[in-house]
Amino acid sequence: MMGRGLLGIEDLERADIETILETAERMQEVGRRDVKKVPTLRGRTIVNLFFEPSTRTRTSFEIAGKRLSADVVNFTPASSSLTKAETILDTAKNLDAMAPDAVVVRHAVAGVPKRIADELGAPVINAGDGAHEHPTQALLDLLTVREEKGRIDGLTVTIIGDVAHSRVARSDIYAFRKMGAEVRLAAPPTMLPADVESLGVKGFTSLREAIDGADVVMALRIQFERLAGALFPSVREYSATFGVDRAKLRYAKDDAIVMHPGPVNRGVELSHDLADHRPSVILDQVRNGVAIRMAVLYLLAGRTRVEREEE
Amino acid sequence: MGRILIRGGRILDPATDRDAPGDVLIEDGRISAVETSIEADDVEIIDAAGCWVAPGLFDLHTHLREPGQEYKEDIGSGGRAAVAGGFTAVACMANTNPVNDDPSVTDYILDRARQDSPAKVYPVAAATKGLSGEVMTEMVGLVKAGAVAFSDDGMTIMDSGVQRRILQYSRLVEAPVIVHAEDRTLVGKGVVNEGPVSTRLGLPANPSVAETVQVARDLMLAELTGAHLHVAHVSTAGAVELIRQARNRGLHVTAEVTPHHLTLTDEATLGYDTNTKMAPPLRSAADVEACRRGLADGTIDAVATDHAPHAVHEKEVEFTTAPPGVIGLETALPVVLELVRTESLTPLQLIRRLTANPASILGQEGGRLDTGAPADVVVIDPERSWVYDPYKGYSKSRNSPWAGQTLQGRAVATIVAGRLVYDIERGVLAP
Repeated sequence: MMGRGLLGIEDLERADIETILETAERMQEVGRRDVKKVPTLRGRTIVNLFFEPSTRTRTSFEIAGKRLSADVVNFTPASSSLTKAETILDTAKNLDAMAPDAVVVRHAVAGVPKRIADELGAPVINAGDGAHEHPTQALLDLLTVREEKGRIDGLTVTIIGDVAHSRVARSDIYAFRKMGAEVRLAAPPTMLPADVESLGVKGFTSLREAIDGADVVMALRIQFERLAGALFPSVREYSATFGVDRAKLRYAKDDAIVMHPGPVNRGVELSHDLADHRPSVILDQVRNGVAIRMAVLYLLAGRTRVEREEE
Repeated sequence: MGRILIRGGRILDPATDRDAPGDVLIEDGRISAVETSIEADDVEIIDAAGCWVAPGLFDLHTHLREPGQEYKEDIGSGGRAAVAGGFTAVACMANTNPVNDDPSVTDYILDRARQDSPAKVYPVAAATKGLSGEVMTEMVGLVKAGAVAFSDDGMTIMDSGVQRRILQYSRLVEAPVIVHAEDRTLVGKGVVNEGPVSTRLGLPANPSVAETVQVARDLMLAELTGAHLHVAHVSTAGAVELIRQARNRGLHVTAEVTPHHLTLTDEATLGYDTNTKMAPPLRSAADVEACRRGLADGTIDAVATDHAPHAVHEKEVEFTTAPPGVIGLETALPVVLELVRTESLTPLQLIRRLTANPASILGQEGGRLDTGAPADVVVIDPERSWVYDPYKGYSKSRNSPWAGQTLQGRAVATIVAGRLVYDIERGVLAP
């Protein structure tokens, strides 16, 4: 699978995920050196094609590429075909003519990285598309949990919040399920997607039931500017019902960890105290993000065009 | 005008229920004889051995885009696509620019059709001025100009009070009111059917209840007013059932279904191909099955293409931004022939749903292949296998979910008003 790019966790086999995690564990070591640079991707060009602004993810990919000595180019076109004459496929074909070795795509609409990948010779890495997938986020979550727990098999992972509009949730559901964990969701019914059981998970409307006995508690970011009043009545009611604090966390296992894809709306999804202190591991997630992206770039951009075509 | 003898085909005539081998003689724009064997001199002979001979297909729902969006389609190119697909008549929707909400626009469309279209064109006028959903159009004047029905189509009229008055007033002209029944507040930003597929794709979802809620409202208003309501492109099991119940109560309601809603499910959308984006969206397998049953048992009267041309550059964008709709005039026939191959319909039943039923919904002649009928005829080879390439079609647009696929069955000759306007070897012969 990894030959054509990384569009989603849904397309991966467990063995692919293992390979990426093992590669990332080796990359972690590079990040601990004084000189955080290896020559692995010297002479390779990586394009960060971000139609949607995302400083954190773009910076993480940029640092990952630079630590591998690749030439990293940031390209931020107008955010939508509505605002310019160029179609998405135009953009893709133009880019392809410049012969990049990997293209990292972020877009506000689901499916755009797939359509671009269909047109490109170079592998495409999905850095988040609409409410579809954000595979490197799920991989860095796996790496963080494995660091903490030593395994993923048999764990119970509870994801809380706006699953319906979350690419992180979808990728994490696929990722943790493929690695043998049980995944539970907790959200107001307006924030669970249709037929969510078809993803192999159970949806709860009671946070307490969903957290009961969990090893990992993951809160999703709420776009409350956009959603308050539409999917839930108020931020106050949301945080009282689905916000995680130490009192609610008592229902989880004693050694449960708390995760969040960031940035945290403090006092909404997580209490201030939890956002900054253990058992939350949010900054470890950010740190592991660089290692995961180094691993993915190494596995995809490290191969030559000839090698890719021979596959 | 020349004489044409169609020889040795299987004659399918919904008007007389004839399904038998025979010959058809055409003279002076009319069918002059249908018999087991006809001998005639000085005629152009069409060999129909192995083929069906049927009345010309009649499409209730086409977007010809002229005036205003000629880069997508025009009345000439749409008419050529129609006859190449076996259609001898098309009803064209009002969402042109300017909107067909005034007799002068209807006049223009009919004038252009006379010059450029090999197929007959029946304009559907807007139900409200500018498709605004507010002020009804001059139905009497529009009917005098040649409009055959009224519809705001995709601009669903959400104001129930306005819709009631339109239905009431339509009784003055005895023309059907055609509805694109989707509650726009329930559709929201939805672009794919709500269900497991939308959840996997992460695209905004359009629930099937958006259609059923709106169909329920319109059926109740049809009952109140006694008007003829025609439900366009039914896509959900719930709507089929509501229409079935309404017909049983004796309401004057008719309905159509598209080839894509009869054969494709929302799973076709999984690759994010914008040529699978329709309004209403492709639905679940259970919905497809219900539409097929509804078409078979007569709940749904007709197959209509909802031929909706869009330029390539308009479709090569984000799924949410791309305009909905697909072209269908040149693929409808082979696609729905699957219903015959799977024995959901007999050949005669399918032909009725493509000819006599749509013509009668619009109160027009059509769907007859007996002596004296207008000579609008199609010869169909139901077995012919071919690869559909939209770039080799007659439509100006290419937005088809069947591009590159092998289809089975095709119109091999099309006759409009006694003139051969298309044959498979030479292509479209005349405007």
